Amino acid sequence: MPSVVVAGIEKRFGDTVAVDDVTLEIAQGEFLTLLGPSGCGKSTLLRIIAGLEPQTSGSVSIDGRVVDHLRPKQRDIAMVFQSYALYPHMTVSQNMALPLVMRQLTLAQRLPLIGRFLPGSRGARAAIEARVREVAAALEIDHLLGRKPGQLSGGQRQRVAVGRAMVRHPRVFLMDEPLSNLDAKLRVQMRAEIKELHRRLGITFLYVTHDQAEAMTMSDRVAVMMEGELLQVAPPKTIYAAPADMRVATFIGSPRINLLGGVVRGDGAVEVPTAVLDVAAGLSAGSTVTVGLRPESLALVEVNGRDTFRGTVRAVEHLGADLFVHAEVEGAAEPVILRADPAAHDGLAYGDAVCFAPRPGAALLFDGEGRRTGLDVPAPCGPSPALGLRLDDAAFRAAGPMTVPRPVDQWR
Amino acid sequence: MRLASLSMAGLDLRAGSVLGPARAEAVAGYGLAAPAFLLIVFLIFLPAFGVFVIAVTDWQFGARSLSFVGADNFVEMMDDATFRAAMFNTLLYVAVTVPATTMLGLGIALLIESGRSFRAFYRAAHFLPVMATLAAMAIAWEALLHPTIGLVNQLMGDLGLVRPNWLRDSALVLPTLMVIGIWQNLGLAMVLFLAGLKGIPRDLYEAADVDGADGWLDRLTTVTLPMLGPVSMFVSIIMALRAFEVFDTVRVLTQGGPGDASETLLHTLYVESFEFLRTGYGAAVTLVFLTIVVVLTLVQARVLDKRVHYT
Ligand SMILES: Nc1ncnc2c1ncn2[C@@H]1O[C@H](COP(=O)(O)OP(=O)(O)OP(=O)(O)O)[C@@H](O)[C@H]1O
Ligand SMILES: [Mg+2]
Repeated sequence: MPSVVVAGIEKRFGDTVAVDDVTLEIAQGEFLTLLGPSGCGKSTLLRIIAGLEPQTSGSVSIDGRVVDHLRPKQRDIAMVFQSYALYPHMTVSQNMALPLVMRQLTLAQRLPLIGRFLPGSRGARAAIEARVREVAAALEIDHLLGRKPGQLSGGQRQRVAVGRAMVRHPRVFLMDEPLSNLDAKLRVQMRAEIKELHRRLGITFLYVTHDQAEAMTMSDRVAVMMEGELLQVAPPKTIYAAPADMRVATFIGSPRINLLGGVVRGDGAVEVPTAVLDVAAGLSAGSTVTVGLRPESLALVEVNGRDTFRGTVRAVEHLGADLFVHAEVEGAAEPVILRADPAAHDGLAYGDAVCFAPRPGAALLFDGEGRRTGLDVPAPCGPSPALGLRLDDAAFRAAGPMTVPRPVDQWR
Repeated sequence: MRLASLSMAGLDLRAGSVLGPARAEAVAGYGLAAPAFLLIVFLIFLPAFGVFVIAVTDWQFGARSLSFVGADNFVEMMDDATFRAAMFNTLLYVAVTVPATTMLGLGIALLIESGRSFRAFYRAAHFLPVMATLAAMAIAWEALLHPTIGLVNQLMGDLGLVRPNWLRDSALVLPTLMVIGIWQNLGLAMVLFLAGLKGIPRDLYEAADVDGADGWLDRLTTVTLPMLGPVSMFVSIIMALRAFEVFDTVRVLTQGGPGDASETLLHTLYVESFEFLRTGYGAAVTLVFLTIVVVLTLVQARVLDKRVHYT
């Protein structure tokens, strides 16, 4: 049974369509990231799943149960807000305890002073306190329990927000850009910690971000949204190597993918400015296509074959390990960017004539509507990958505090 | 050497003279602060000092001579039944109107904020008394409260109730003035609370929803009231200051009567100074009043410093 099912969700604010007919299934224990530029409707979709915003149409189910009519509390979710939304007048420990206090104590037991002396109150409070301590220890914030949020750093606040979400055992963890307020270094570190947390809890995570590095490093699958529309849901590698849509291809990858206008020839090859590429377009002769070439799938070459581009160097960027060459190609709207080996091509300078060719099979073809085309294109929304076993809470406790190696930032 | 220092001073635009730059900056600073400083001295400190000087004399307004009497005015105050009544009435007035205005203001603000329609109308309707001149409003109240032809008593009579003489009955006069005072300041409290409510981040309520505090009472106790803490403090101090200053209604409606039943500090002060022309004694009352107001203001400043932001 999938953990979360979003079926045909649409959300309108007056005339704006914030979420446009999104259908999505999230598997048990999966880490799924909603990725998209600012204003594409990620938060809105997340808030609809949380029950904070009513949808215009469509339906949300959690663990096989339709939750459309349920309030956030009854949906059994936990949420980390972008602003953390910690209660400024409560201590860290009170903040973290609140979800448990609200659920496990009666109204009378929650009363100030008197509540403490009601039957059962003491035991319940002690249990809550123990749980808060345990979670705080796992997040390494146990020394901060007595402080108020105003006395914490951004990173510490973020941990408290995660801790408040963790004290219960929610069915789904929802996170709305939880790292966007942190500095770059802390962001990379917290990325790894959240991923580790997911591994240990085994709970379904739905994570919203506009940062592709976060999406690529943390997720089992990435769902790319744009203008309210869900464009592709696939594992990070697939999103990068086989984008289903030109907008996905452009959004992911830095420097961005090169896009060249082309025409399908009679022999099935595609003619692009200064070169002819042998790709199986699967389209009739004369159709126009867009060819996408990632900078690292182009290589400087000496020989001049029919698939070789000819250009003039317009800029050279030395980034230490990489060398990016911007080459102006006659007939192309923008300079083509390609990655070269800095050791081999150190001498390149403005105005040099260069030849470069794509690696075999690297070219991505998009049709007139921007959809990926070609004979080897899979369906846009692939199945979710096999997932690891769900760890129980005992395993989580035994695992002790987090120590995670830094992830390799491979998707820069 | 002399040439060098001269040219250096000449180059220093802030100085514009041969003074050192730090001195010159200080001079400029004092120069800029001087007008405000002089205003404060002439409009506040000197008059306050003048009041203090007069308070230890037996000067009567218009008299050509005066003599130093030390603390006599204050001693007399302690034995003065009118002053004691004024002090007691004022404290009672403050003790009743401040909590009442604050809580009613909060309640109305919460109601307006939770409703969807006519918000602007309700806001304006409740704020009108704050804007209106109280002396004029007091006359309207007098008409309303007239023992025989006033609207209030006509209604009471229609309902078969007693028709009290609101402003002439020594047991009723102070409560009546309190109601008018609450009516007048309610709008101000409400507007301040509305501003405070607007300042509560929406995601705190959403976090409360997710955390399970989603009933109205839980939302109120988890988010709204704690987040309004600083505003409430501010509102109650403002209300206390305004309540201590109650004067217009007393002057227009009761002149402190019947007997001393509605005598208040500011009214006593006015009567002593400008009707009985006992300026020395009036100044002594003023000092007492001033002390209360200054203490309240200091408390307010401290509280606001501490509690506006939760840190
Ligand atoms: N309450 C609202 N009223 C009207 N329009 C709204 C409201 N909330 C969101 N929108 C609109 O819906 C669209 C999607 O907003 P949303 O907050 O989901 O974007 P987002 O993808 O989370 O962006 P960001 O990365 O900046 O947080 C935007 O165009 C926004 O202006
Ligand atoms: Mg957002």
